[in-house]
Amino acid sequence: MATTPAARRSRSRSDDGPPPLPEPDAAREWLATMLLIRRFEERAGELYAKAKIGGFLHLAIGEEATIVGAARALRDSDYLISTYRSHGHAIARGTPPDKVMAELFGKEGGCSRGRGGSMHMFDLERRFMGGYGIVGGNLPIAAGFGLTADLLRTEDATLCMFGDGASNQGTFGETMNLAALWRLPVVFMVSNNQFGMGTALARHSAVTDLQRKGESFGVPGARCDGMDVADTHRTIVDALHRARDERQPVLVEAVTYRFRGHSMADPEEYRTREQVAEWRRRDPIALFSARLEETGVLDADGVAKLDAEAVARVDEAVAFADASPFPAPESLYDDVYALGDQVRGWYSVDERSPGVHRGEDERERDVDPRMQEEYDQHASGPHSGQEQRPADEAQDADAGPGGRTHDGERGG
Amino acid sequence: MAVLRYRDALNQALREELTRDERVFLMGEDIGVFNGAYKVTAGLLEEFGEARVRDTPISENTIVGMGVGAAMTGTRPVVELMTINFSLLAMDQIVNHAAHIRYMFGGQVTVPLVVRMPQGAGHQLGPTHSHSLEALYLHVPGLLVAVPSTPADAKGLLKSAIRDDNPVIFIEHEYLYGQRGDVPDPDDGDHLVPFGKAAVRREGDDVTLVGISRMALTASRAAEVLAEEHDISAEVIDPRTLRPLDLDTILASVRKTNRCVIVEEGWPHGGVGANLAALIQEQAFDDLDAPVGRVTGADVPMPYSKPLEQIAFPHEPQVVAAALATLRDV
Repeated sequence: MATTPAARRSRSRSDDGPPPLPEPDAAREWLATMLLIRRFEERAGELYAKAKIGGFLHLAIGEEATIVGAARALRDSDYLISTYRSHGHAIARGTPPDKVMAELFGKEGGCSRGRGGSMHMFDLERRFMGGYGIVGGNLPIAAGFGLTADLLRTEDATLCMFGDGASNQGTFGETMNLAALWRLPVVFMVSNNQFGMGTALARHSAVTDLQRKGESFGVPGARCDGMDVADTHRTIVDALHRARDERQPVLVEAVTYRFRGHSMADPEEYRTREQVAEWRRRDPIALFSARLEETGVLDADGVAKLDAEAVARVDEAVAFADASPFPAPESLYDDVYALGDQVRGWYSVDERSPGVHRGEDERERDVDPRMQEEYDQHASGPHSGQEQRPADEAQDADAGPGGRTHDGERGG
Repeated sequence: MAVLRYRDALNQALREELTRDERVFLMGEDIGVFNGAYKVTAGLLEEFGEARVRDTPISENTIVGMGVGAAMTGTRPVVELMTINFSLLAMDQIVNHAAHIRYMFGGQVTVPLVVRMPQGAGHQLGPTHSHSLEALYLHVPGLLVAVPSTPADAKGLLKSAIRDDNPVIFIEHEYLYGQRGDVPDPDDGDHLVPFGKAAVRREGDDVTLVGISRMALTASRAAEVLAEEHDISAEVIDPRTLRPLDLDTILASVRKTNRCVIVEEGWPHGGVGANLAALIQEQAFDDLDAPVGRVTGADVPMPYSKPLEQIAFPHEPQVVAAALATLRDV
């Protein structure tokens, strides 16, 4: 089967041998985290089919090396900002899977208290700065983090992750220019998974050598194999050094692939089963496991054990999410504003009562019975297992670390 | 008390807040070396330096987005957009990011960002440079909106805005920049105007006039005409902030006068007046002796030609006529 040009490009690297492995404990941790993300994403897909998760769900299955390789290059005090496909980014930064799953379920115990959902995870304490639904919307914000580092004279670097599609958004050029002009400590990492939703790279970008797209704005590029967690890691380490110590922003292109559709609602008519199967032969988890086995860091049993732990951890997360309550109806207006005592007046019109609109000071504490009925209907439905999405939206489980490749991927 | 122009009162506010809090900084096009397109930031680069007074490239959406990111991580940016017309380029960062980040991330973070910009027509700048868009920003939960009409309020509200932890859309007015007014002396203490507190510019009994931004001045002049030529006593209210809105002061006035006219420069459909009229009739229906009137900008793109432009936004005669109409309907 023909490999794609991108697959061929991504495999070749300079002649200095395979990327170095971290210490064994770290290597095991990297694999464990990739497994956790994989099992989490698979389970999220299953639960979406059972209508326990609503809205849009974008899974990062296949892209785990870009997430873990990049996250493990960061200091705790560095900022990580990502896109709408960011469950794995939160998990890699240390957000408990419990809180990520609860957020997907729309529960109060979610990291965003159920307000954000899949696309808007956030964990300030761990400097996972979101979770954004607007393609390209996170780039200026990332530059803003760099600006803070500049103003407050900190050593904090920022890693801004986005996809190949975002490299065409207006904010890309504007942000590259400003980051270069003001010498901001930001690494811009484009996870090139070959598609902007359903549009292949060559059909959406006049320049497909994405690492070069920042050059004309003053941002030099680099490329790494996004299916190789060690290669991704060392490339991001280098880039962070340049950004932090030389105040030179860098654009890193990580060549990767998502094994599932853009989102759960994607019939994947834009690519062939053969192409997907070809990329699955470079499953980042399988590749890294194999390397660890070859180098004696882990044996097959060790890998299976890590996998079982990942599954168990996801089970715990689902249990937590199930048990977490939905946000109370009275909390609908919480945190629209940061209210101190320096301001007064009508902030929000409270329209929950059927009567006259009232300001928030006069908000009814008891919710109107008709609204309560509406609330209760949705608060009980799918979480008692009653609803089911149509079967053809469910997707098959992916390969586990034992190398079991699944060729039955839906191709269209 | 000193007499200052509106633009100089704003300059004072920025200077005082930059001095008071080292986390405050400014970004905008031509605010530094050029001293500001409208001279609001004159002299600030010289005094505070390049790190805190930053001239930006022409990239409105990204400048605002950088303000969002900087605000999320411990600084207090004040972004100048050269006019409100160009804020349309930054709508994604203003609405989807600045306004929503606190809520959608479960209250974990604040965005203490101020976006300040002038608006308004009257200088023949044509359709793309003459908008009054306060209604667009009033519409969005998560934003605060200020529309000061006097130098004292401009200074006091800008200082409050910078100290507020919410994202503030701070709308100035090109016509107002040169207007003079009394401003409390800095030696007499920090002059802060709270959000959510309207100003009663003139007391009266017969009809309430609510004027938005520059139209507060127009409403005041209309009240003089009503008094002198028609023996009608109009009460003039300047809300000063649209979010939070001091609806209580407006309602108290309407309960007294039983009539209300709202004057705004923006377009009528979905304008500030449309929203305020709805609130007034919801809350004080039984106190009204006439429908709430609106005097608004014409529902057209702002034309360039001088006489056309002048009839496309409100002047005193239209406000007087609208006030008289509420009395005629009794």
